[in-house]
Order: sequence, then C-alpha cells, then structure tokens
Amino acid sequence: MALERLGSSLYEAIKKIFRASIVDEAAVKELVRDIQRALLQADVNVQLVLNISKKIEDRALKEKIPPGISRREHVIKVVYEELTRFLGEKPAPIKIEPGKRNIIMLVGIQGSGKTTAAAKLARYFQKRGLKTAIVCADTYRPGAYAQLQQLADRINVPLYGNPKEKNPVKIALEGLKLFKDKDIIIVDTAGRHKEEKELIKEMKMLEKNIKPDEIMLVIDGTIGQQAMVQAKAFNEATPIGSILVTKLDGSARGGGALSAVAATGAPIKFIGTGEKIGDIEPFVPSRFVGRLLGMGDLETLLEKVREAEVKVPEKKAKAILSGKFTLTDMYEQFEAMKGMGPFRKLLKMIPGMSYNIPEDMLSMAEDRLEKWRVMIQSMTPEEKENPKIFNASRIRRVARGSGTSEKEVKELLKQYSMMRRMIKMLRKKKKLPFFGKGMPFEFK
Amino acid sequence: MFEKLKSGLKGLVNKVTTTELKAENLRPILSEFKLSLVENDVAFPVAERICDEIEKRLDGVQVKRLEDRKKIVEENLREVLLEVMQTNNNIDLLKAVEEKRKKGEPFVIVFVGINGTGKTTTIAKVARFLNNKGYSVVLACSDTYRAGSIEQLEEHAKRLGIRMIKHKYGADPAAVAYDAISHAKAHGINVVLIDTAGRIQTNRNLMNELAKIKRIVNPDLTILTVDSLTGNDAVMQAEEFHKNVSIDATILTKVDADVKGGSAISVTYVTKKPILFIGTGQAYEDLEEFNPEKFVNVILK
Ligand SMILES: Nc1nc2c(ncn2[C@@H]2O[C@H](COP(=O)(O)OP(=O)(O)OP(=O)(O)O)[C@@H](O)[C@H]2O)c(=O)[nH]1
Ligand SMILES: Nc1nc2c(ncn2[C@@H]2O[C@H](COP(=O)(O)OP(=O)(O)OP(=O)(O)O)[C@@H](O)[C@H]2O)c(=O)[nH]1
Ligand SMILES: [Mg+2]
Ligand SMILES: [Mg+2]
Repeated sequence: MALERLGSSLYEAIKKIFRASIVDEAAVKELVRDIQRALLQADVNVQLVLNISKKIEDRALKEKIPPGISRREHVIKVVYEELTRFLGEKPAPIKIEPGKRNIIMLVGIQGSGKTTAAAKLARYFQKRGLKTAIVCADTYRPGAYAQLQQLADRINVPLYGNPKEKNPVKIALEGLKLFKDKDIIIVDTAGRHKEEKELIKEMKMLEKNIKPDEIMLVIDGTIGQQAMVQAKAFNEATPIGSILVTKLDGSARGGGALSAVAATGAPIKFIGTGEKIGDIEPFVPSRFVGRLLGMGDLETLLEKVREAEVKVPEKKAKAILSGKFTLTDMYEQFEAMKGMGPFRKLLKMIPGMSYNIPEDMLSMAEDRLEKWRVMIQSMTPEEKENPKIFNASRIRRVARGSGTSEKEVKELLKQYSMMRRMIKMLRKKKKLPFFGKGMPFEFK
Repeated sequence: MFEKLKSGLKGLVNKVTTTELKAENLRPILSEFKLSLVENDVAFPVAERICDEIEKRLDGVQVKRLEDRKKIVEENLREVLLEVMQTNNNIDLLKAVEEKRKKGEPFVIVFVGINGTGKTTTIAKVARFLNNKGYSVVLACSDTYRAGSIEQLEEHAKRLGIRMIKHKYGADPAAVAYDAISHAKAHGINVVLIDTAGRIQTNRNLMNELAKIKRIVNPDLTILTVDSLTGNDAVMQAEEFHKNVSIDATILTKVDADVKGGSAISVTYVTKKPILFIGTGQAYEDLEEFNPEKFVNVILK
C-alpha cells in the first residue's frame, strides 16, 4: 500500500519525534477538566463522568500519541472510546425476525414522546415493507387514543384501541388478536415514572400478558440526572431491550440517554429529531458522542486519528533516522504519494504547518515524476546513495542519459537536498521549516 | 424532594468549617460541592456561578472560633441561595385576577414551553384552582398542531365542566386565542387560559409564531412550563423563551417524580421570575404553590 511506503520513512520519522515529546501532565489535566465540563453540561451522569475522567486521565498520560495528532484530539478519541464502551461502536440494528410477529412495547416517563415514537416507528418499518400495526394501551391520558388515531391515519397504519375501556391489558390482548398477521405491532403505553407504583405495576402486567419481543424505553433528550434512577426503575420492572432518545432537534445534548444505557444495559437504537413522523433516525454512536462533547464533526477527527495510527514497517524509518536518506528514498516517497490524499493530510497535521500549504503545491504532476524516475535510473548506484558527489559533469551525463535538461537534474538535486535538510531537522527535533515557494514540496 | 441537595449542602458546610477560609482551601471543597449541585440537576453554569459567589464571599474572612465559622458559612450560603432564587417581580395570582375582575375584564394567561412538559395538564389544574376560588374560566385550544391536542384539552374541559374554545387543526392559534378572549368578554368570564403547542426553543419559526400569538392576545401573564426532570437544557429553554416572548412566571411540572429540585434553581436564576406553581402529579389537585424562601430553608435545614 502506498501509504505504508510513505509511512515507512518520513512519516515514521515524524512519528518518532512526536513520541519523544514529554507528556505535559498539567495540560492533560486541563484537557480532562474541559471534557468533564462538556459532559456535565451534556447531562451525563456525574458518577459516570468522574469514572470516565479518571480513565481518560490515566490513558492520556500513558498512551503514546501518534504524530500529527494534538493532545486534545487524542483525549477526545479516548473519550470516544470510553463512551462507546457504553454505547456500542456500531449502531445496534433493530432485530426483526422474519416470518414471525414482533411486538415492540414502548414505555417511558410522561411526555417523553412515546406516542409520537409509536407513529414514527410504524412509519419506519412500513417504509421497509413490513406489515405494521399500532395498539393504544394508554387508557390514562386524556385524548391519548385520538392522538394516536390521528397519527396512524396520516400514515395509513391500522390502529387498535378503545377509549371507553379502562383496562390496558385487555385492550392490548384484543389488539394482538386482531393483528395476527402483522410483522410488527407497536404497543403504546401511558406515561409513568418510578414513584407511581400503581402505574409501574400496570406496566408489569402489560409485559406479563403481551410478552413483547422488545421493550423500548423512550427517553426525553432533555432529561438530567434523574435519567439513571428512572431508567433503572423501568428496567427492574420490565427488562428494557432498547432505547429511543427524543427531542434531539433542540439544544439538549442528550447525556441522560447515556445514563439510561448504563442503567439498563440496553442499546440506543433510534433518535427522535422533531415532531413530524419522519423525524426519526437510527442511532449513530460517533455522532452522538460528538453531540455530547459539543463538537460537530467527531467522525472527521476520529478518521484522522485512525489514519495517523496506521501501523507501518519501521525498517526504512530507522535507516533514515540513522542518517541515510538517498535519492532513491526520496523517489519512493514521491511515487508513493502520487495523487494521494494522505500525504497531504499528513503534512497538514504537522503542527505549525496546518495552514499555508496551497493545494496545488502538493499536487504531484505525473510527467514530472516520470522524469525523475528516468533521471534517477540514469544515475550510478554511488550517485544515488550519496548525491553529494554530483558535479557539473555528472549532472550533464545524467541529463543526457535521461533525455532531460541539466536544469531539470539540478532541480531534482535541489529538491533532494531540501528534503534531506528537513529530515535532518526532524531528527534534531527542531521546528519544521516554513513551507514556502521553492521549498521541497513545490513541484510546479 | 430536596434530600440530596440538602446533604450536599451539609457536606459543604462541614468541610468548609474545618478549614481556613482561603480561596485555595475553599476551591477543592467548592468543586466537590459544584458536582453535588449538578447531581441535583442544577445546570452546570449555574452551579459554577453559585460556587464562585460562595468563594468570593468566604475568601479571606477572618474568624476566631470554629463555631463562628460555621455560622458565617451557613449565613453566606443562605444569602447566596436566596440571591440566586431572587426574582425581580412577585405575582399574587388571585389578587391580580381579582383586580381584573373588578374592572370587568378577563385575566388572560398564555402557557408556553417545549414539547411534553405539561402545559395542557397544568392548564387544567390551574383552571380547577381558579374555579375553586370562585372564578369562571374558559380554555383556548391554541395548539392546533399536535395530534390529539384538541381532544385532550376538550376532555379536561369536559371533566372540569368548563368551556373550551377551539378551531380546526391547522387553524391560526392566535385567532383561537382571540376568539376565547372575545367569548370571555361577552359572557363575563373571569379568566382565559390559553394552551399553545409545545415547541423546541431553537425553532425560529415556532418561536416567532408564539411572539405573534402574544402580540395579538396581549396576556396578563405568560407562563413557561418546565419539566422538572430537565437537566442543563432548562437554562436554554428559560433563556430562549424569555428572550422571545418575555415570560412572567414559571411552573415546574412532574416534581412528584422524585426530582432533586435543581431545575428550580436553574430556571429562577436565569429568568429572575417566580415559580408560580409546581405540578406534583397527574391529578387536578396536584398543583402546589412554591415559596422560594421555604425552599431555601428546607434545603439548608
Ligand atoms: N421537537 C420534538 N418533539 C417531539 C419529539 N418526539 C415527540 N415530541 C413531542 O413531544 C410531545 C410529547 O410527545 P408524546 O408522543 O405525546 O409523548 P408521550 O410520551 O406519549 O406522552 P404521554 O403519553 O403523556 O406520557 C409532543 O408535543 C410531541 O410532538 C422529538 O423528537 N422532537
Ligand atoms: N406525574 C406527573 N405527570 C404530569 C405532570 N404534569 C403533566 N404530566 C403528564 O405529562 C404528560 C404530558 O403532559 P401534557 O399536558 O400533555 O404536556 P404538554 O406540554 O401540553 O405537551 P405538548 O402539548 O405535546 O407539548 C401527560 O401524560 C401528563 O399527564 C405532573 O406534575 N406529574
Ligand atoms: Mg402518549
Ligand atoms: Mg399540550
């Protein structure tokens, strides 16, 4: 792989230098404090935040940071890993067994968005070709049936309910009987919280009787520290199988949902992003963690870190670090990065160089590279290994042999010596030179 | 309800009492206290302000006896909390309603808040409360958006035996409110309670719509309902609603869910408006008046 070859020298050299830099404990602590604040403001459970911060601090102080990655970025990556330990790396898919009727029962605190979620989910599955129906087992809230009926009508999903019946278990069982041939039945229930013992009992009864395949906890994205105890109480009453977080279209970060995951062990499967029936999305952990940290695009950052962490053979790097950097090495470098993004990215990652690199400056012209190849081929092994020995007559010979001009050979040598100087500087852990016109990476 | 907050404060007092009152000694203790506030759902920035204020007050205070120190700490804590709970207006609802009644005009209240906080239910509770005090009430269903909103309020009106003014779904909410006020004027009804659709405070269009309702209605009170289970977002909700429609009071709902009371602190701190009632259940009588001084006393006791 091109990246590997590239990484094998220059890349690795840079890596070494950065690894050698001393871990600034105070800076790490400061960073951890920042993260802590972000998580607390995002409504993540306080104990969870304290546990995570400790882990982050340990790891941030111990772990080596790949080149081009700032400490902040590294810490964020660690946070991501620690959080996804709860959330799961990948979105958990909803398990729908084909050829079988799947019953999903929605439970949650008052006003969290269950009824709306019932319609959203019904639409979601209906669009995927599944025969879907809804049962209204909320006999408590005024207008509960009318609300669900209006929603179900909008999406043409059959609904069973009976606003006159007071027993939700009876309604649910009747609904299940009616919808024998459906793939998915969504059962909406009344809102309740852990202190309403009668209602919690009612929820247990419902669960016992309808035996849902999955109980989905609908949790309000704006909920604070109560999320943990409430979710725990729900889970103790009836085993929660998945979580749907609502109202993430607002400014709330949704950290309460993380507590719900911690308390129930159930994965978040969907998020609600608006009042409309279509406002439902499968849960994406990286996006959610980005939200918790108040960072828009966590995926890009993670991508960058992953890229920087690519393992590369160190043979060549060692050679270069031990003082060897030949024309052949340089040629390989440029060949490797021919038309390639990563090198460009790599350069941008070098601190102090993140700007001031015009795009075209880095783009490698194919024909020029081809010329270099021919020029280098026209050199003697000795010349390649030790370009210092080049004098006017050697240059003339190479130019003639490769069908290029002396000027072009001189240019190649100039590029080489500049690059060599840079490697040397890297070795001495000096600051990188400013990349301006006429610098090694200008090929135009 | 405020047990945990109470224990957090106790811990603070005890710890502070045994150290010299210097910023560097106070800081770790206050930092722990800050977390305890957050654990009780005081929004993080508000918790931070409270701790900064306590530090400022206690730093460098010279005290000889341990006992005096405890007293000073407690006193300052009380003052800070009272200051946080300080509002820039007081509302005597019954008196205000009575004044309007004497003038022969209806007292108009608009309820606003994000989705599902309990506006509609609270309206029913307030309607019953005022009814019991001898005032006639009419409800306006200005939520013409959410599915079932009309049937929900209608059911409450039916149970309470009061009128509700409604239009069709999709109708102009301001027009419904206007009609309800006209109805109240024509029939000598004392109070108009206007239910609006829930809206997320970041939604520009819906916030503008609310401002329009308010312009047309010109209510005597605009009340923000906040779900007391809300964490940090309570601050954002309070700020945005206040900025867009300038609220006069708040109502905290679902306080029966074993909430820790921090949202009361956050919301008051941000709006500087009184908490008119707290909702303590799903039944009509589950509405309690809220007294900030009592609140502070309870958590400091
Ligand atoms: N902005 C926004 N609003 C939502 C979302 N999900 C639900 N809502 C709104 O939240 C409010 C409450 O939703 P419901 O579906 O009635 O909640 P519920 O859990 O069924 O309520 P109860 O049955 O009373 O416990 C309604 O105004 C919904 O339109 C969401 O993802 N974003
Ligand atoms: N336990 C409890 N539940 C409450 C309280 N206040 C409201 N609720 C419940 O919360 C749910 C939502 O209440 P609504 O009155 O519909 O809320 P809303 O703000 O009008 O909702 P939208 O109009 O959809 O934005 C209902 O199930 C109410 O019964 C309270 O103080 N305690
Ligand atoms: Mg419902
Ligand atoms: Mg409502």
